[in-house]
Amino acid sequence: MNWFTKLLSSTLGRKVLMALTGLFLILFLVVHLIGNLQLLHSDQGQAFNIYARFMTTNPLIKTVSYVNYAIILVHIVWALLLTIHNRKSRGPEGYAVTNGSSAWTSRNMGILGTLILIFLVIHLKGFWAEMHWGGISTVTYDNEVYKDLYTVVDKAYTMEWYVAIYVVSMIALAFHLWHGFISAFQTLGLNHSKYNGLIRFVGRAFAIIVPALFALIPIWMYLDK
Amino acid sequence: MNLLNGLKEATNNMKITLKVWRQKNNATKGGFKVYPIEHVSTDMSFLEMLDVLNNDLVRKGEDAVAFDHDCREGICGMCSLYINGKPHGPQQTTTCQLHMRSFKDGDTITVEPWRAKAFPVIRDLVVDRTAFDRIQQAGGYVSINTGGVPDANEIPIPKKIADEAFDAAVCIGCGACVAACKNASAMLFVSAKVSQLALLPQGKPERKERAEKMVAQMDAEGFGACTNTGACEAECPKGISLTNIARLNREYLSASLTSYEVEVKGGD
Ligand code: HEM
Ligand code: SF4
Ligand code: FES
Repeated sequence: MNWFTKLLSSTLGRKVLMALTGLFLILFLVVHLIGNLQLLHSDQGQAFNIYARFMTTNPLIKTVSYVNYAIILVHIVWALLLTIHNRKSRGPEGYAVTNGSSAWTSRNMGILGTLILIFLVIHLKGFWAEMHWGGISTVTYDNEVYKDLYTVVDKAYTMEWYVAIYVVSMIALAFHLWHGFISAFQTLGLNHSKYNGLIRFVGRAFAIIVPALFALIPIWMYLDK
Repeated sequence: MNLLNGLKEATNNMKITLKVWRQKNNATKGGFKVYPIEHVSTDMSFLEMLDVLNNDLVRKGEDAVAFDHDCREGICGMCSLYINGKPHGPQQTTTCQLHMRSFKDGDTITVEPWRAKAFPVIRDLVVDRTAFDRIQQAGGYVSINTGGVPDANEIPIPKKIADEAFDAAVCIGCGACVAACKNASAMLFVSAKVSQLALLPQGKPERKERAEKMVAQMDAEGFGACTNTGACEAECPKGISLTNIARLNREYLSASLTSYEVEVKGGD
C-alpha cells in the first residue's frame, strides 16, 4: 500500500476525513443560512429569488456546490464504514449492563446523522430538484425572468408537517454539532489549553445558534400567514 | 471486647447477590450465574470478596470463578472486570483497589468480562489482552543502548514536558479504556504509550516510525476508531487524559505525511 491509501484506510485517517468533511459542511451551513435569511425580507421573495438564481447559475458557485455534494457523500459513506467497523469491534458478545460515562450525543452520531440524511433527501426533493428540473413558475423583476422558488418554499411552509420535520431535523443537527464541532478539532489533533476554551465556546454557540436560525425561518413564515 | 464484637458485626454484615459471567472457554457459549454471598465485610476489596466466593465454590466441589489479578495494589494492570456497567466498578480505580463499602447491603452486582473483539474471553472473567503486548512490540520502545549513566542535566527537559511524559507513562495497560468505549477503541492506551516516548529526547529518533507502526498494529488487532466520547478518560484508573489522543492524532498524521518508507531488511 502506498502511504496515502495506508493513511486513509487507517482508523485515524478515516476519522481525519470525517473531521475535514464535517468542518467543510459547517462552513457550508453558514453560507446556506445567509441565503435562507433572504426569505425573511418583506419583498414577496425578490431578494431570495435573485439569490437562488445566482447560486444555481454562477460558475464558481456551481463548482463549489459539486465539491459540496462530493463532500457530503464522503462524510456519509465514511460515517457508515466507521460505524460498522466500530460496532464489530465490540466482538461477539455485548454487555448486559452498561452505565456509560459519556455524553448521549457523542454515542449517537450515527442516529443523528441518519436523521439529517432523511431530512436532506426530503429537502433536496422539495426545493433543489424543483429549482433544477421542476415545472416551477416564473416572476419578472426589472424585465428579467426568474424562477419563483420563493413561492415553492412559501407554500411548503404552510404545511404543519413540513415545518415540524424541518424543526425536528434542526434539533438533530444541533445535537450532531454539539458533539461534532469540538470533536473535529480533537480528531485533527488540535487540543491545547491555549485555545480549548475558545473551540468549546464557539462550538457550543454554533450548535445552538445556527440550527435555531434555520428552524426559525419556516416557523416565522408559517406564523406570518 | 464488646466494642470489638460490635465493630466486627457492623462490617461483616453485608449480603450481596453476584451475577457473574461464566464461560468454560472461548469455544463454548457463556452465560450468567447467580451467587448469593453472605457476611461480606465492607473492608474487603472486590477481589477478596471473589476469593470468598471461590472458597465456597471449591468447598462445594464447583469450579472457581476465573478472574485476573496480580499485584492487588493498583499498579500492575492485571485485574479487570466490568462491574455494574463500568470497568473496575463504580470508583475510578482498579478492581483490586475497589472496596465493598462502595456497595450497599442487599445489592445485586453484575460482573462481566471486558468485551472487545481484540480481547477474546479465555475463561469466565479472564480475557486475552496480548493484543496490547503486540501493539507495544510494534513500536512502544526505544532501540538504543543506554550505555553508562549520563551526567545529570546533560539533556535538559523542561519540567512541564517531563510531567506530561510522566502522566502518560503511568498507564498500566489494564484495558479499561477499551472496555468502556462504545467502539472498543484502544486509542487512550496507544496514545499514552506513544506520548510518553514522543515527549522525551530518547524517544524522538523513532517517533514517526513508532506512531505509524503502533497504529497499524492497533488497527490489525481489530480495535475500533475513536469517536471522542471521552468514556475512556472517565474510566481510566490512572487518569490518562484525552490530550494524549489529540497528540497521537498529530503524531500519526504528521508521520504519515513526512516519514520515509522504512525498508525492512532480512536479519544478519
Ligand atoms: C450538514 C450536515 C453535517 C455536518 C455539518 C456534520 C458535521 C460533522 C462533524 C463536524 C463531525 C465530527 C467529526 C469528528 O469527530 O472528527 C461529524 C461526525 C459524524 N457525522 Fe456528521 N455532519 C453532517 C451530516 C451527517 C450525515 C448526513 C451523516 C450520516 C448519515 C453523518 C454522520 C456522522 C457520524 C456517524 C459521525 C461520527 C463519526 C465517528 O466519530 O465515529 N453526518 N459530523
Ligand atoms: S489508558 Fe488508562 S484505562 Fe487504558 S490501559 Fe492505560 S491505564 Fe488502563
Ligand atoms: S491486581 Fe494489579 S492493578 Fe489490580
